[in-house]
Amino acid sequence: MKKILIIGATSAIAEAVARLFAKQGNRLYLLARNKERLTAMATDLTIRGAEAVNYASIDVNNFYDHSLLLNEAIEKLDGIDIVLIAHGTLPSQKICENDFGTTLKEFNTNGLSTLSLLTHLANYMESKNHGTIAVISSVAGDRGRQSNYIYGAAKGMVTIFLQGLRNRLQNSGVQVMTIKPGFVDTPMTVDFKKGLLWASPDQVASDIIKGIDKKCDTLYTPFFWRYIMLIIKAIPENIFKKLSL
Amino acid sequence: MLLAGWGKYPVIDVDLKTPKSIEAIGEILSHQATTTIARGMGRSYGDSSLAQQVISSQYLDHFLSFDTENGLLRCRAGVSLNEILRLFVPKGWFLPVTPGTKYISIGGAIAADVHGKNHHCHGTFCDHIRSLQLILASGETIACSAEENKNLFHATCGGMGLTGIITEAVIKLKPITSSHIMETTYKASNLDEAFNLFEQHEQVTYSVAWIDCLARGEKLGRSLIMLGEHTSAGKLITGSNKAITIPIDLPGWLLNKYSIQTFNFLYYNRLRQNKREHTIHYEPFFYPLDTIHQWNNIYGKNGFTQYQFVLPTSAGREGMKTILKKIADSGRGSFLAVLKAFGPENNNYLSFPIKGYTLALDFKIDKGLFSFLDELDAIVLDHGGRLYLAKDVRMNEKTFKKSYPLWASFQEVRQHYGAIPIFSSKQAQRIGL
Ligand SMILES: Cc1cc2nc3c(=O)[nH]c(=O)nc-3n(C[C@H](O)[C@H](O)[C@H](O)COP(=O)(O)OP(=O)(O)OC[C@H]3O[C@@H](n4cnc5c(N)ncnc54)[C@H](O)[C@@H]3O)c2cc1C
Ligand SMILES: NC(=O)c1ccc[n+]([C@@H]2O[C@H](COP(=O)([O-])OP(=O)(O)OC[C@H]3O[C@@H](n4cnc5c(N)ncnc54)[C@H](OP(=O)(O)O)[C@@H]3O)[C@@H](O)[C@H]2O)c1
Repeated sequence: MKKILIIGATSAIAEAVARLFAKQGNRLYLLARNKERLTAMATDLTIRGAEAVNYASIDVNNFYDHSLLLNEAIEKLDGIDIVLIAHGTLPSQKICENDFGTTLKEFNTNGLSTLSLLTHLANYMESKNHGTIAVISSVAGDRGRQSNYIYGAAKGMVTIFLQGLRNRLQNSGVQVMTIKPGFVDTPMTVDFKKGLLWASPDQVASDIIKGIDKKCDTLYTPFFWRYIMLIIKAIPENIFKKLSL
Repeated sequence: MLLAGWGKYPVIDVDLKTPKSIEAIGEILSHQATTTIARGMGRSYGDSSLAQQVISSQYLDHFLSFDTENGLLRCRAGVSLNEILRLFVPKGWFLPVTPGTKYISIGGAIAADVHGKNHHCHGTFCDHIRSLQLILASGETIACSAEENKNLFHATCGGMGLTGIITEAVIKLKPITSSHIMETTYKASNLDEAFNLFEQHEQVTYSVAWIDCLARGEKLGRSLIMLGEHTSAGKLITGSNKAITIPIDLPGWLLNKYSIQTFNFLYYNRLRQNKREHTIHYEPFFYPLDTIHQWNNIYGKNGFTQYQFVLPTSAGREGMKTILKKIADSGRGSFLAVLKAFGPENNNYLSFPIKGYTLALDFKIDKGLFSFLDELDAIVLDHGGRLYLAKDVRMNEKTFKKSYPLWASFQEVRQHYGAIPIFSSKQAQRIGL
């Protein structure tokens, strides 16, 4: 039985992960915004086999609540073996280009809130010399593109923060895993036309569980995104800047 | 967003909503001025779950309670049969009724009041629904069952989403002690033999026949009859969900008269002796097609449809022969022609099954198909039969109203609960609902 905290638990990807954890009989604590969904999820995960499920609501952009909410979670779980951070939004690039207020809000949701949560969590886990921190970033954070660079920059910030954190926690035995999904069919992407490159939340969830077990540093999911991003990152900037990506 | 049913025809530009809570459905309904319909997993073949605005139950897929004493499961409408099997088979419970695919939602199973191979013994899916919750056009949630708000219950079960959005239901699961089925297969060399076998084995829980509908003359209706019972010995294990995927449309010409004839011939002659008995896992017994994901792509990009009708017992043999002969003569192929015996009908206004025999055949959509099917409709009507709404994409209003006599009472219930004109589908508009 593992003690698992999931932040942004009502995300489609996070819920798929939670179901796999529940099936293994783990103890779960969920933090998310939507109360109704949290309640249904908690019952559901219990029926699916979780040892216990507790939850509280959070708006990740209220940074000042973080410490209190995390302390409550740690207390209820009686420690932490694994934490998964999954919340996020996909902003409209066009709106952000014309309105810095929106850009700032998106940076809070997709970047700074995670940094705040990780500041508390990393210190706690470092003090215990134990645990796994898994955070969903994105392939979009690997290189800036005109269609999506606000989101990409926020995710890129998370990716680099995690690199540093991994380096810092190396000797304390805390595993830090950066998760970089490609295209996943979730409420976030409901308006996109789906094709061959798209994965389901279940596929991504099963990769995440395996990645945690194998103590991966960076997990591209599905795996082929590692190669797609390798190519995308390899294109010289003077060519890349002319592409309509 | 472009959306279609399982038959990939028609493709419609819809506004797809994927609410993540019941509250969010109320919110969507509060400011809508367009026609709206619920959608589960899109396994109905035609245009039943297509409208200007489509509300998907994809993210309303939670188990809410389970009573281990009596097998009563309460869950959200977006839960799939697959998820139920995965979780409850190992605990010794099975679906009371299951269609030929496990990739359908509870909402879809209720709205089409689906049937399985045990209809003659255990009725339809909704006969095992104890109660359900429905969101009306006003946004209000209302409970109904065979005792409470009866009319609404009987209109919603089999009502193709036209009364509102089903959000949750209580289903009685069936206890099993093994995940295996004892299957007995008989060879029937013509339709009369097939009917005789069905009648002889009326008491067997599961039965279905596969017909080679390109066989003609003496061999008209030659088939394999498959019977099944749950075994009591063995383990309780779920099948693997491993499957191959057909990711893209295959060229339409791949399926022609000759390739289908060959397939049908091989399938029929797969069985050497006249009777075979063996135990198999429930997966291949109930869901042979689920091992090929998106098999609907084999029909090419113009799509296909399934023609499923039922004829009352009295007209069964003769009517079935007339229709089979017409199909065999036309040379229009069908990969799968499935024959089943139905038990008595239930109290739901638009549920498909009536006591008699049902046949289902797949047809690739091409020029001339629909007028051919119109001719079949006439024969079906002549024999007092009707078509299954969950498969239909082209039946006209006259045919529908003539063969579903309770349609007017159904409309009254819809009117009473404010469902008209908010909840509607392409299909509903076509058949005059
Ligand atoms: C391979 C295959 C085999 C099949 N075998 C059988 C069989 O043996 N027996 C049988 O009876 N059927 C069979 N079917 C048909 C299938 O069971 C039905 O079409 C079923 O309704 C599909 O469910 P769905 O969740 O995909 O619903 P959809 O196709 O998405 O919707 C079907 C209808 O249900 C309504 N609906 C869906 N969810 C809700 C909701 N939450 N509230 C209100 N209305 C809702 C929709 O509005 C629509 O009218 C088969 C289909 C396939 C593809
Ligand atoms: N889908 C993709 O293609 C894709 C690709 C790469 C990376 N990702 C990342 O994967 C993660 C999961 O996303 P998803 O695809 O599963 O989409 P999702 O289902 O839409 O999940 C996003 C979740 O974030 C929550 N959230 C947003 N703002 C919040 C806030 N201020 N406070 C608390 N919770 C908030 C949402 O809560 P509400 O339900 O309450 O709104 C929702 O549960 C995200 O970090 C996303 O960026 C997704």
